[in-house]
Amino acid sequence: MTATVAVDASAAARPGPAPVLQVRDLAVALGGRPVLDDVRLEVAEGELLGLVGPNGAGKTTLLRAVLGLVPSSGRITIEGQDARSGRARTRSARATRSIGYVPQRHEFAWDFPVTVEEAVLTGRVARIGWLRGARTEDYRAVRRALDRVEMTHLRARPVGELSGGQRQRVLVARALALDPRILLLDEPFTGLDVPTQEHLTELFRELADEERAVIMTNHDLVGAVHACDRLCLLNRTVVASGTPAELAGPEPWMTAFGVSAGSPLLTAIAQVAKARTTGSPDGGGSA
Amino acid sequence: MISPIDFVHDLLNPDLAFLPKALLMAVLSSVVCGVVGTHVVLRGMAFIGDAVAHAVFPGLAVAFVLQGSLVLGGAIAGITTALLVALFAQNRRLREDSVIGVFFVAAFALGIVIISGAPGYAGSLQDFLFGSIVGIPDEDVLIAVVVGLVLMAVLFMFHKELVAVSLDRESARALGLPVLRLDLLLYVVVAAAIVISVQTIGNVLVLALLVTPAAAARLLTDRLAPMMLLGPTIGGGSALVGLYLSWSLDLPVGGTIVLVATAVFLLAWLLAPRHGVLAGAVLRRGRQARRVARTGAS
Repeated sequence: MTATVAVDASAAARPGPAPVLQVRDLAVALGGRPVLDDVRLEVAEGELLGLVGPNGAGKTTLLRAVLGLVPSSGRITIEGQDARSGRARTRSARATRSIGYVPQRHEFAWDFPVTVEEAVLTGRVARIGWLRGARTEDYRAVRRALDRVEMTHLRARPVGELSGGQRQRVLVARALALDPRILLLDEPFTGLDVPTQEHLTELFRELADEERAVIMTNHDLVGAVHACDRLCLLNRTVVASGTPAELAGPEPWMTAFGVSAGSPLLTAIAQVAKARTTGSPDGGGSA
Repeated sequence: MISPIDFVHDLLNPDLAFLPKALLMAVLSSVVCGVVGTHVVLRGMAFIGDAVAHAVFPGLAVAFVLQGSLVLGGAIAGITTALLVALFAQNRRLREDSVIGVFFVAAFALGIVIISGAPGYAGSLQDFLFGSIVGIPDEDVLIAVVVGLVLMAVLFMFHKELVAVSLDRESARALGLPVLRLDLLLYVVVAAAIVISVQTIGNVLVLALLVTPAAAARLLTDRLAPMMLLGPTIGGGSALVGLYLSWSLDLPVGGTIVLVATAVFLLAWLLAPRHGVLAGAVLRRGRQARRVARTGAS
């Protein structure tokens, strides 16, 4: 890993199982312009990975490349198997099955006259297959997903009448309807108030603990340092990655975001990272 | 003005055989457009509908000049344009509305040039643009019925995929749905619905059949299935009432049907149960009354 400083045992104590998602030497060019280069990333089961970086750093593009929505070079493996196939090097059926995608909220047509339940069921459209209707197992999966995000009581409500936090939960439930091993969340906190962000963070934490690998892009750096197991600082390539404790120092953030050493942001990050380190049971570690 | 009973008599009069045929065509087109229009309205593709409607025109003109089938000519032109728009719209440098603007005016211009070269064009031009209830050949009625049924079947078969794409294209793609092909399918369906409607309602007014009933239905419900039933009901009802008014008051048929549908839309806007103008006013007054009652009680 680039520019990581091992601080204490917490790095070695990282869960043992092989990474669910592994990205190697990933490069993406859009319209002839290089957007991502030499990206290396791995996420293990039970891990909540925060993907942070300035605007235009390629966070969303990285998620789209993993989903196979943009052509890329390099290697993407899911549970040890190549995620891409075909000439265009896009998505394989395996990737489609294993990855749940939660796009930014504005990607969804909230004015569409469907209920919460119907919206979540669209997550299973491809699984149900052409010329078929939803079966009992599909409705059961929808129920499970709605239960999981605590939206069952609103299942008959039109999506247009939901609050921002509830909408985010609907999108998460739609992704969970396929019970994926990997969950990709694109800016789930944008435009949400702090209590709602906290509730969602709890939910994402739990989802990761249920044997999933969760990756989320996040604009709120302090929040990401607070919530995530590991962070990946992205700016065209991976500038640094590691646990919050490993990233308590200012250098990787200065490189990734181009902020000056005196930025109050760095102080805030260092404080939150320190609080997390001293608060953790195997404690210790210095910033 | 004749009474509705006289209208029924006229419908059954063998000397007026074109009248029931026109009624069948008008109601059928309105019902088909009401269902297709649900997708058009929800996806915000009204402008594409407009483009295809205009693009049908050169096809009709060529068919007229060559004495061929108007439905076939219109279908070829409309579907070609729809496909061109869908493909050019994939280019991110131009926005879709600009691409549409280019193609539909070009197609319409081509139609005018072709038909101006044909003898006796002034009368037929008016029929193309504003619709007509006379002179619809039997085989065109048959084609319209068959095409209408096929369109309904196609929309039913691909309903969940089309809805998934309308809701969220990126996620639909991530799920592995062939989004471009589904777009093309929907465009072709829109084009075909327009082609079978164009003879009765007219080229300029056909867009209203596609948009107005579905938009009125949207105002009345927050659920998709009721909307897809209400749209064609409003469309079919407007066609029936519109044709009756047109026949009894000697008004142009396409315009009358569209105005009836527009009246329904305005009524829906005023009277919709939860989101209508009146319901809103009543709800506000109710809240105010409760507030007054509370402050009075305390």
